[in-house]
Amino acid sequence: MNPDDNRDAAAISVSDLRVVRGGNEVLHGLTFEVLGGTVTGLLGPSGGGKSTLMRALVGVQAKVTGTCTVLGRPAGDPELRKTIGYVTQAPAVYNDLTIRENLAYFATVVDAPRSDIARVLDEVDLTPIADRRVDALSGGQRSRVSLATALLGSPRMLVLDEPTVGLDPVLRRDLWDLFHRLADHGTTLLVSSHVMDEATRCDRLLLVRDGDLVADDTEAGLLTATGTTDVEAAFLAIVDGAAAEGGA
Amino acid sequence: MTPRILLATTLRVLQQLRHDHRTVALLLLAPTVIMSLLAWMFSQTPGVFDRWGATLLGIFPLIIMFLLTSVATLRERSGGTLERLLALPISKVDFLLGYGIAFALAATVQALFVSAVAFGLLGLTVTGPVWAVVLVAVLVAVLGSTLGLLVSAFANSEFQAVQFMPALLIPQLMLCGLFGSREMLPRPLELISNVLPMSYAVDAMKQLIAYPEVDGTFWRDIALVVGFIGAALVSGAATLRRRTP
Repeated sequence: MNPDDNRDAAAISVSDLRVVRGGNEVLHGLTFEVLGGTVTGLLGPSGGGKSTLMRALVGVQAKVTGTCTVLGRPAGDPELRKTIGYVTQAPAVYNDLTIRENLAYFATVVDAPRSDIARVLDEVDLTPIADRRVDALSGGQRSRVSLATALLGSPRMLVLDEPTVGLDPVLRRDLWDLFHRLADHGTTLLVSSHVMDEATRCDRLLLVRDGDLVADDTEAGLLTATGTTDVEAAFLAIVDGAAAEGGA
Repeated sequence: MTPRILLATTLRVLQQLRHDHRTVALLLLAPTVIMSLLAWMFSQTPGVFDRWGATLLGIFPLIIMFLLTSVATLRERSGGTLERLLALPISKVDFLLGYGIAFALAATVQALFVSAVAFGLLGLTVTGPVWAVVLVAVLVAVLGSTLGLLVSAFANSEFQAVQFMPALLIPQLMLCGLFGSREMLPRPLELISNVLPMSYAVDAMKQLIAYPEVDGTFWRDIALVVGFIGAALVSGAATLRRRTP
């Protein structure tokens, strides 16, 4: 399939998505769409449900109700495992292996060509230390190894849970540039962050707080609607507005 | 099941083990030291070491491999790599069997090493063929790995995982016929011992200690141990969930 085919069509389509964890509903009926070939930011404070939403989309979250369609298939469909790259918030790589050994293993699992290893090492800027063991790396380096494994095999969708936390600004810029290059080639990216200023890097924003979707807009649209000048202020305006409404 | 992924998983687990020199050293030396100690303890009383030494060869790998696999897979759970893997095109059997084969290979090396020391240096003798003793030791190690994989599904932490060892293995040790024949047990306990895998491993080992030829009973015991291995793997795959709370 031509990667451009999924552009301008909904790559993710979610309707009344609810998730129950430990007896409590943690996502309260989310409905939204994400267009193919875009970078969508999933923003909001920690504990708001961003990771749970991502887990539901990649099909590893239990007790999900509502409809959740990813690349035309129900979330969790075995076919989707070949086409989605998923990076968990904590780096999920083997600490007792070298970077290259980790990548070689994951490359085999997703059936990526061997040449992909050199490519992804370069993309996350780890080539010079590829033969170092992961437990000898810094936190930022570890999360880059985790990101690199998700880039193997050029998945059609990337679900990245806080991939840029703790990275130096230069590297962070390079990674966002990479995300946009991938989107230009038709990859759909959903990137979460609790740092509001990363909103400027995204084509579209989903703001999640306390299990509710409080905004689904572009950055410009969000700022116009709230009459604010940055996403942090817009977020506060929305939350305060909701509180005032609730109190009235 | 995908052979390519199964093989890669096996190699990956072995690679992890290879990087951990201390574990490899402990894996080989700990049972050897215990075996030597046993030989020394009974050096004054002929025949005792032959009886206990061979039985120990059939029990030691079970305990070690049980602990190693349950902790290794738990680490995989708590480290998030299991969640990541289960979101990828890997089947649960690839994952479990990959671990099973890797640890079985490690166990084979262990069994061969300890047997070599016991038979070569410590003067252990059995009436039956030595290869059959090694076969039992290897199968028991594989059994330990698969049981460890299974129980790791029920443990949320390393604390809990290591406690499954006394909880699941010590009763088996007590009932497996190590302390006298299983027929001497009160009838209900004998019936329980009939459904415990270690009973058959020890039965097989006892035959090798006493009789020169391997016969149908030996192969029946071996088949039962293999059956338990298969059952533990299937239950392990059934308890492994792609979707977690």
